[in-house]
Parts: sequence; C-alpha cells; structure tokens
Amino acid sequence: MEMLTKRIIPCLDVRNRKVTKGVRFQGNVDLGDPIEMAVAYSEGGCDELVFYDITASAEYRPIDIEMVREVARVIHIPFAVGGGIRSLDDMYQVLLAGAEKVSVNSLAVKNPSIIAEGAKVFGSQCIVLGMDPVKTDDPRFPSGYEITIRGFRERTGIDALEWAKRAQDLGVGEIVVNSVDADGTRQGYEINLTRTISTSVHIPVVASGGGGTPVHLAEVFTEGCADAAIIASMIHTSEYTIAQIKEELAKAGVPVRKKW
Amino acid sequence: MIAIVDYHAGNLTSVQLAFDHIGVLCDVTSDPRRIASAERVVFPGVGAAGQAMRNLREMGLLDSLKSALFTGKPFLGICLGTQVILEFSEEDGGTECIGLVPGIVKRFVAPNATCKIPHMGWNTVEFVRPHPVLEGIDDETEFYFVHSYYPLPSDEKYVIGRTEYAGTRFASIIGKNNLLATQFHPERSGRLGLKILENFSRWNGNVD
Repeated sequence: MEMLTKRIIPCLDVRNRKVTKGVRFQGNVDLGDPIEMAVAYSEGGCDELVFYDITASAEYRPIDIEMVREVARVIHIPFAVGGGIRSLDDMYQVLLAGAEKVSVNSLAVKNPSIIAEGAKVFGSQCIVLGMDPVKTDDPRFPSGYEITIRGFRERTGIDALEWAKRAQDLGVGEIVVNSVDADGTRQGYEINLTRTISTSVHIPVVASGGGGTPVHLAEVFTEGCADAAIIASMIHTSEYTIAQIKEELAKAGVPVRKKW
Repeated sequence: MIAIVDYHAGNLTSVQLAFDHIGVLCDVTSDPRRIASAERVVFPGVGAAGQAMRNLREMGLLDSLKSALFTGKPFLGICLGTQVILEFSEEDGGTECIGLVPGIVKRFVAPNATCKIPHMGWNTVEFVRPHPVLEGIDDETEFYFVHSYYPLPSDEKYVIGRTEYAGTRFASIIGKNNLLATQFHPERSGRLGLKILENFSRWNGNVD
C-alpha cells in the first residue's frame, strides 16, 4: 500500500560557511562546504535538508542569506533554515531566497507572537518551531522535559509538551524536537519525548538528536511516532549513506522514498 | 517564454529557480498582457483559497487564466493553483473558485491521532493514465506534498494520478486537454520533479 513516507533530514550546522558538528553544542569540528554537502545529500536521496547558522544568534548578525540563495539554486528539494531569525523581515528574506521553511527557536520563546504573525503572513507550512528540551525530575514539568534556549545555555521554566501545544495553536506547521540529552551522542533518539509530543499535536513532528544507526531511526519512526527525523553525525562521518539507511528502514517496514 | 503567474499567493522563488536550473526562460508576472503573450502558463500558489480568489479578482487575472486555457496554451497548475481551477473549495467557509475543471476541493479528515494534517512530505503517485508530461517517469514515484485540502474532480476522466492519504485516494494529478495540474510540488520534488517541468516546457498541449 502506498503511504506518506517518513522523511530523513540531514542537518547542516553552519559556522563561517563551514558545516560543523559538536556534542551537546560543544567541541565543534569543521566537516565541509555546505553547498557541496547539500548537493551530495540531495542526490544521495535525502528528503529534505535543514541548515542552522549556529553563530548568527550569538554574534547578533543576520543569517547568511547569500548561502541560502546558493543552496536554493543547486538543490530542488525542500529545505529549512534557522539561526539568527529575529523578525518577520528576517523570515521573509530567508523564504524569498528560496528556503521552503524557516525555523525559529529561542526567538519564539521570547516572543511567541512572532510565530503567529509568521504563520499568518507566510503560511503555517513555512514556520517550523525548533525546541531544545532537557530531561528534568522537577514536578513543575508534567512532561518531564523543560525547554532550554540559546543552545542549552538558558532554562526557561516552560514544559516541553505545553510549549508544543501552544506553538501549534499559534500556527506553526511543524515542530522539531531536539533532545539536549541525546544531541550528538549517537545513542538513539529520545523515544518517549518524541512520542509524547507527536501523539499530542496534529502537525508533523521531527525527531532530532541522538541518531547513530538505522535501527535508531526505525525506533523513532515506529515507537516514537515521528513523522521525520534529523540525522547528522551518522552521515557526516560517511559511516552510512542515505541509501543504506533507507534500505534498512524499508526492511524494518518503515515507508521511505525509494526513487530519486 | 513561460509566464509564471504571480497573484501574491506564496513565494515563487523555488518555481523560478527550478525552471532556471533546466535552462527554460520564464517570467514571473502579474501582467495580463504578458500572460496573453506567453507560450505557456504556470499557475502555482500556496496559501488559502479565499485570499487567492480575492487576489485573482482584484488583480484582474481571472479572464487571463481562462483565455490562456481556452486558446490551447499548455497550462500547468501547482498546489493551490491546482485547487482553485476547480469550481468550489471548502476552505475559508466555502470559496467559489475559477471552475476550469468541474469538481470541488475538500478538507482531509484525520482518521486517527498519528495521521497529521497537513499532508506534508513525499508520497507516491499512481499514474491512472499516461500523459506526455509524465513521460520518462515511473509509475509510483514519490513527490513532495504540503496541503490540507485535496481536489475532487467530478469525473474520473480528469484524473491522471492518484495518491493515498488520510483514508482517501485523491486526485494528485488532474488533466483536461491542454491543462495539467499537480497537487504536489514538482519544483520541490528533486530530479523527477524537474523532469515534469522539463516535459511541460516541451509539451505542445495535445494529449493524443
């Protein structure tokens, strides 16, 4: 039976026009040119891409729009861009440059109306909420996860599930749930967190953080009810190709895109 | 020259870049004269049907689209463009549409909690009948979709491709004479989506 396939989304963290990767947002090493990597992954069968300009926010500068334009010229699959988005105009510039979606994270926590306005002006399908929840035993957080911002540097006192539902009501079209605890560990996605959020909202949920093997992806798609998953280290290191990952997923009964 | 109709329904950058990539000249325009003089017309769009129809009326584009179709120009609808060529949409409390193809546009109803609305991502298109614009593309290829409403033409003869989602097998490709319309985004569907645009740019508008 035909059905909507689960999306595999390589994440390219970009710093000074280089793709970089760290563990729990630290110890980053450079991996390559973002444009070349975007072409290679797109031709290799990824379903979407996401670019985060990881230093734009900290350096108080706008996102690298020229890079977004170059990416849009060379790949013809959807891609999202995040990092350094501070206003509706920033969103507009990213979308006009050819990105399908714009991802907001810290900004949405500080100024939730920006997601409502962005969804109204550009359409919900363009607005992605990125969230970085961290595990907690504190009973103030019923879901067991608290939202952090600024790359785990700041706790917010907001419960992850409540935030997801609120963001949906504000009009975001998709939520990327990036587990701070699992990020870069390659020990598997946070299944419980992903499932809790994905089964409580009616918009697509993208699992992020912890993917190390095709088995991890199969778990997060089946047990975790994720609609899509972000991968990074496992392909950046060339340990797996996207085709290999998809073949393993298909064997596990997960619907994946096979023709590209 | 291909006219890409700009009626302020979403961002047309990706459509333009896709045609640039395959080396086809195109003109993003709201000018009825440029649409009238173009060899072919692309009618894209994302957003809501109500606003789209208001824009088309206010910008005086309804007649240009109709005459482009009736003069036999190859005409390609994409996503919202595909929906508003039908007669009526359930969106925005009910919206009268252009009516180039008989039928209506309905909202998906999620059968369970894990079925998300919008239908977002890559899904399979089953080709119901051959079409020159689909030449060289395998049946059951996946294309990229983002939508909450789906087209329901009144007659099976307008259905070129079908896709299954939320318990319905909706018409994901519609055809009528010189018109072909996809609910998915060929400009976002990688190499095989570009192949559709390339075929369209060579199509003479005949189906036989």
